[in-house]
Amino acid sequence: MTDLLGEDELAIEATLNGKPLKRRVKARQHLADFLREELQLTGTHLGCEYGICGACTVMIDGRVARGCLTLAAQISGKSVDTIEGLTESGKLARLQREFIARNAAQCGFCSSGMLLTAYELVRSGRSISRAEIRDFISGNMCRCTGYHAIVDAVEAVIAKNAEKGG
Amino acid sequence: MKARNFRYIRPSSLEEACRILADGGGDAVPLAGGQSLLAGLNMRLSAPKLLVDIGDLKELTGQTHHDGVVRLGALTRHAELLGSELIQKHVPLLTRAAAHIGHVAIRNRGTLGGSLAYADPAAELPACAVALGATLMLRSVVGEREVRAEDFFTGLFETELKPSELIVAVKFPAIQPGTAVGLAELSRRQGDFALVGLAAVASLQRDRIGTARLAYFGCVDRAKLAPAVSAAVRGLSMPLPDTSAFAQAIRQDLAPEDTAGLRADTKLHMATVLTRRVFNSLSQRATP
Repeated sequence: MTDLLGEDELAIEATLNGKPLKRRVKARQHLADFLREELQLTGTHLGCEYGICGACTVMIDGRVARGCLTLAAQISGKSVDTIEGLTESGKLARLQREFIARNAAQCGFCSSGMLLTAYELVRSGRSISRAEIRDFISGNMCRCTGYHAIVDAVEAVIAKNAEKGG
Repeated sequence: MKARNFRYIRPSSLEEACRILADGGGDAVPLAGGQSLLAGLNMRLSAPKLLVDIGDLKELTGQTHHDGVVRLGALTRHAELLGSELIQKHVPLLTRAAAHIGHVAIRNRGTLGGSLAYADPAAELPACAVALGATLMLRSVVGEREVRAEDFFTGLFETELKPSELIVAVKFPAIQPGTAVGLAELSRRQGDFALVGLAAVASLQRDRIGTARLAYFGCVDRAKLAPAVSAAVRGLSMPLPDTSAFAQAIRQDLAPEDTAGLRADTKLHMATVLTRRVFNSLSQRATP
């Protein structure tokens, strides 16, 4: 089915932030644009739009993915979580507290993507070295270059995890 | 930028996917993980008319190990190459390679078959497939055929794959006792494509190199087997003190050309340094 501009449209059914989603989407629209423009979920940011910067990071079926390198059509049948849903659910609360405590979100542009990537890392519950943290977040660029504070924040959450576990 | 307009279809079986590709006559392009394809579409480097989403086809998944052969479905994600015990144990070169591919979000989505089909000259997995002597299983409406990895890559982003064909799986020989694998690359930044890279599989007799299969990437137009270097390093004792025994062979096998930002002699120098580095890392892991 095509609209007046000749853009192909199709119906999708997915889970978004834990709730069912039924929409018609444009075939050519990537997920980050869909979230921002059709659903007004503007916490997912757009930087480079070719997979380098990580600002558009979302979670698909529980793993981080690039919103700009995924078509909205591709999420049909899948579960997507964004910064909005994960914040509301409290899953990011500890990371967010540690980010705020040391001003690890400076301009804030990278923060939503950075938090989601960090969440995938700390969720594993294992102890993780500083070098591993740096490697893991290397696909999320912070142009304020506030990496030290970000790594500190992630490290603090992992340390507190370990205390709890031990 | 935004992608040009295209149509999207998600077939529910491999058979249906093959039929759509056959009917598409070259206007239909398969979409698996999309981590290179969608970046290219956003930059308008290509503009296919129809994307055929094969990303959920069960027939293209799965990992098995039988009679010394590890068969990996084309949709095996880079993250699985890193995390799968079967792959770590029997095809450890793939695990080492996956650590160099992009970043975690890319590795969660990108696929083995997609990387091979895309045939980026700087990608790690085509070189691993060539060095390991892998076999690609290709499928179309007319049936299935097998192509050796070293015959599959024919040029810059060019392969033996026909527009109507899909890679369904890749068969890798499981690692044998006395064999070591190594992979290293030089890139400007973490996660970037390699300027020069090398995937190596070598049999070792104590500290001596026996047979070696080497595939270079990044510095030439495709993942390239290096028979002259293999012959030159045969019988050498490790650690290699310098590069004099094989530097000329690298020149012969690769014959790189100047490209924007990187001269041919720089590439050769980097490939030579890297070769010694990879072999000496093998020796550190060699068991007596």
